Amino acid sequence: MSVTSARPSVEWKRPTKWVTISLFLLPALALYLLFVLFPVVQAAYYSLYKWNGLQPLTDFIGLKNYGTALASNTFTTAVTNNVLIVVLSLALQIPFSLFLAVLLNGRFPGRAIFRLVFFLPYVLSEAITGIVFTLLLQPGALVDSGLNGVGLGGFVHDWLGDTGFVMITLFIIISWKYFGFHMVLLLAGLQGIPRELEEAALIDGAGRWQAFRFVTLPLLGPTLRVSVFLSMIGALQLFDMIWVMTAGGPLNASNTMAIAMFKAGLKNNQMGYGSALAVILFMFGLVVALAYQRFVLRRDVEGAVTAFNG
Amino acid sequence: MILVTVAGMILFPIGYAVLGGFKSNGQLVGDPVSVLPSPWVFSNYTDVLFGVNSAAFWKEAANSLIIATVAVTATVGLASLAAFAFARMIFRGREAIYTLFVFGLLFPSAVAILPLYILVRQLGLSGNLLGVAIPQAAFALPLTIVILRPFFRSIPVELEDAARIDGCSTFGFFWRVLLPLARPALATVSVLAIVTTWNAFLLPLILLNGEDQWTLPLGVMNFAGQYAQDQARILAFTVVAIIPAVIFYAVAERHIVSGLTGGAVKG
Repeated sequence: MSVTSARPSVEWKRPTKWVTISLFLLPALALYLLFVLFPVVQAAYYSLYKWNGLQPLTDFIGLKNYGTALASNTFTTAVTNNVLIVVLSLALQIPFSLFLAVLLNGRFPGRAIFRLVFFLPYVLSEAITGIVFTLLLQPGALVDSGLNGVGLGGFVHDWLGDTGFVMITLFIIISWKYFGFHMVLLLAGLQGIPRELEEAALIDGAGRWQAFRFVTLPLLGPTLRVSVFLSMIGALQLFDMIWVMTAGGPLNASNTMAIAMFKAGLKNNQMGYGSALAVILFMFGLVVALAYQRFVLRRDVEGAVTAFNG
Repeated sequence: MILVTVAGMILFPIGYAVLGGFKSNGQLVGDPVSVLPSPWVFSNYTDVLFGVNSAAFWKEAANSLIIATVAVTATVGLASLAAFAFARMIFRGREAIYTLFVFGLLFPSAVAILPLYILVRQLGLSGNLLGVAIPQAAFALPLTIVILRPFFRSIPVELEDAARIDGCSTFGFFWRVLLPLARPALATVSVLAIVTTWNAFLLPLILLNGEDQWTLPLGVMNFAGQYAQDQARILAFTVVAIIPAVIFYAVAERHIVSGLTGGAVKG
């Protein structure tokens, strides 16, 4: 960060009065505690009950909801699907984004337009995007007739109706929406790396690939880790697009944890069970976050954040 | 060229929706491959904007706008105050409380959704636009604070000393000196918060219960269900519904990108 951080003035050397601090801090803290943290704690509490969300909480059943969840095929499919999207995102989507970021890191006319176009899907609503793709992918609609038209009729699938294929279709659409986001992130990271470093490596006799692999890539580490982390958290809580396109179907084949939770809590009036699913989702998030903290330590988040210069 | 192919793949569904809205259903089903409509049909779009479907559309757009305005104003206002305390005041427990907010960036927000439904109902806010706007403001706080804090911190302490000598109170300095200087950062966090609230789906889906409260994403989903046989109309409705986001993107792209790459903590 270019600007030096503020040295506390003489006035601030002694602790500020609590009244002043409270006036600044409490409104945000109260809102955050009440509507974000408190519900998370509530979820853990509700998860110990058999509860339909309306009657008084009386039927304490301990950890039974968790047992039910882990024994339920529907839920284990949901977990598998979330993990599948995480793995595919890391294996395909982020490398693809990195590849495009590297391409866009050169100087050529129209660069800004490509960036503008690639990032566009990120600002569109997932639900609305889902509707458009549903229409495109209907049997006999444009995608099918297009494939037939160019002689690739063999590839035609029941894109959203085939239990074995629906997650792949959804993954492609999710990538359509989010690769530009990761690309822009990685592009910003690349632009923060002085070109001289790679040039020096080239002069010293490294090949282009070597210079990228051993000089640029390690320096891009912090940005890549942020990208990986965001991608994982996003993949764990997938809901909007899938709900609109398949509602978890066919036959629960595209269920995710968030969809299973929503169905249990609001469609089947199993608030207790749904809360248990929420807690399991939280645990997955926690593992990812802790792993991230462990590998990255705090300075990465701080670094990525404080690099901001308005 | 790879870039052109990828750009084509990005624009293809959008182009399909825009042009499809100008087709009749006969054209869409009978001849899906033709790019341009022939003849051009305008009734789908005019129905959505001025005709039979316009009441629903404008109502949903207004609801989205109200929720976004309330949520963004609340989150940017409260987060500025809090970020000021985190950036420029010294007190015990400061880093601990800050970490509590950072924690909000690290877990999937869907976790809180079911208890939130109960809570909002208990507060008597269910089926009320405020009942969606307030939780959305709360969920946007962590990212906003995390972006604003270093920015507030970078404003030179000499300015603060000078303001104090001139008789400014703490709040006076915050309001008259710091906020105007922080305008670029405030623009960035506002833009990010607008995009998030505008596109929010799960929270309104759970908390709103009547047609007259739907936001645009909910409206589009229900419209698609209601007119399942009328694809051209769905496409027209969809296109009109994404126009505000696209215009907003064209105007504020710089802020969105700088905010996300600078404060890259949550997608």
